[in-house]
Amino acid sequence: MKALEPLIFDLSAPGRSAVSLPSCDVPEVPVETLIPNSLLRQQEPQLPELAEVDVVRHFTRLSTFNHGVDTGFYPLGSCTMKYNPKVNEMLARQTGFTALHPYQPEALTQGALQLMAELQEDLCELAGMDEFTLQPAAGAHGEMTGILIIKAYHAHRGDHKRTKVIVPDSAHGTNPATAAMAGYEIIQIPSNDRGGVDLEALKKVVNDEVAALMLTNPNTVGLFDENIQQITKLVHDAGGLLYYDGANTNAIMGITRPGDMGFDVIHLNLHKTFSTPHGGGGPGSGPVGVKEFLAPFLPKPVVVRREDDTFTLKYDMPLSIGRVRSFYANFSILVRAYAYIRSLGGEGLRSASENAVLNANYLMSILKEHYFLPFDRVCQHEFIITPKNLKATGVHTLDIAKRLLDYGYHPPTIYFPIIVEEAMMIEPTETESIETLDEFAKILIKIAEEATSTPDLVKNAPYTTLVTRLDEVGAVRKPNLRWRKESN
Amino acid sequence: MNPVELKYNKEHEYARVEGNIVTFGITDHAQDSLGDVVFVELPEEGVTVTAGKSYGTVESVKAVSDIYASVSGKVVEVNTQVMDSPDLLNSDPYGEGWLVKVEVEDLSPLDNMMSAAEYETYLAQEEH
Repeated sequence: MKALEPLIFDLSAPGRSAVSLPSCDVPEVPVETLIPNSLLRQQEPQLPELAEVDVVRHFTRLSTFNHGVDTGFYPLGSCTMKYNPKVNEMLARQTGFTALHPYQPEALTQGALQLMAELQEDLCELAGMDEFTLQPAAGAHGEMTGILIIKAYHAHRGDHKRTKVIVPDSAHGTNPATAAMAGYEIIQIPSNDRGGVDLEALKKVVNDEVAALMLTNPNTVGLFDENIQQITKLVHDAGGLLYYDGANTNAIMGITRPGDMGFDVIHLNLHKTFSTPHGGGGPGSGPVGVKEFLAPFLPKPVVVRREDDTFTLKYDMPLSIGRVRSFYANFSILVRAYAYIRSLGGEGLRSASENAVLNANYLMSILKEHYFLPFDRVCQHEFIITPKNLKATGVHTLDIAKRLLDYGYHPPTIYFPIIVEEAMMIEPTETESIETLDEFAKILIKIAEEATSTPDLVKNAPYTTLVTRLDEVGAVRKPNLRWRKESN
Repeated sequence: MNPVELKYNKEHEYARVEGNIVTFGITDHAQDSLGDVVFVELPEEGVTVTAGKSYGTVESVKAVSDIYASVSGKVVEVNTQVMDSPDLLNSDPYGEGWLVKVEVEDLSPLDNMMSAAEYETYLAQEEH
């Protein structure tokens, strides 16, 4: 396949460079006289050599191949691809924040510490928790932090028989992975036909060997668990703790709080719910909140507000699980989340969640007439449909996702969660207008019609994109991950 | 179609019984819903597998799925060819796409598995 845009290495020409440095005004010393031979490179590093204009054009061209929230609708379920307000960016770029050094004395970093402390307080209020750490750099990192806190808590009590963690089959894959990484045995329990946790199955596995239950609520099928308080009570009565995967918090801000549902530990994804960037690795941020009795185990340092309203980093935490990240957090991401929370305010956040839920239900109510809806009840911020009703046409979910590209949409999440065959998981978010939703629904309905009348049209899509069907199997079986000089 | 001499479970796996040797594999329906299989992870020879427990994974372009032992026993042969060419699971699930052969002492758990006809009824029910 001919590349649309060559790799930057292939644009290289020997000796070409972006700048001409002035000649050295001090005597030059051969590097061999300064560094022992054993530490010297034996060959030149393989770096591309280009003029500035070539570099700028290369990356600018690449950027035009991209689809982002700033270019179009992006209903990627479970990911909350809401629009990221530019005021967040403006504030994060203030030099007062960008020029800070993590080793600056506290007297000179009070503003940054205040921002962190106030963000912790806001997240506590939203989640119904008592303390927060901002250190974890992503959702799964937050899970790991939370589970290690639970493990430290049980160990501190001398309760060493709790070796199991319960995870429903609708969980994010990171939940069982996290618990396994922390050394726990995973017990998977099934969902009931309403899409929630099967209480009878839970009762059978809850005992004094269970360290925790990890739950996402609303869950990955976009439904709020109707038995949430019974679930948390069952686990608590057996001495286990409740971990809340906050990936889907965008449905419940200001409406209900995990702490009130009975959860002991929660992580929030600032890059989902609080409008910080996702793309290119974000970077993410997965703060972890805990109830008071778990606060001594939080990673250190935590930011604390003194009685005189100055701020400090607290290191004196003998029961802490230790650091989970260098320095304090992905700080500039915290600035963006703080800006988002403060610009919306409490009522604004609640109305963001209400609109996220309204938008999802609006789309669902239109699309359920044209696709199969496995759980026909009021959804939260996202819902699942499948093309089961189109099975006879031979058109699969993957084909519909590819066909959406022809109409300029990023496809929804597909084939997840795995408990629903051929799932398409649609999360419009609150930032989309009714016109956008209507247009997207119209296109999905049109694709359903195409699947019936001209199935091959859908099966061979996309046609209008820069690349069409990629060899996904080849990419997995025989990955070609890095440029090598000899291959050219 | 699904060979009549095999036994089937609800995880869409089959068991082929020859004396006290049982061959495990996944059904045609399983390979069709998984899509192109790209990676197969199997236990080594000599490992003991337990009925109802996972003994390996099958990864497709869509998802990673556990594979479960229908009966307990000791692995006596592993299909290394399928590890090198996972596409055999898609092209020939009941033949060259078999996964492991297990030496079994107690064959009775296999009585709980479905016949080909029962499995097809089960598939039809799952459709609705």
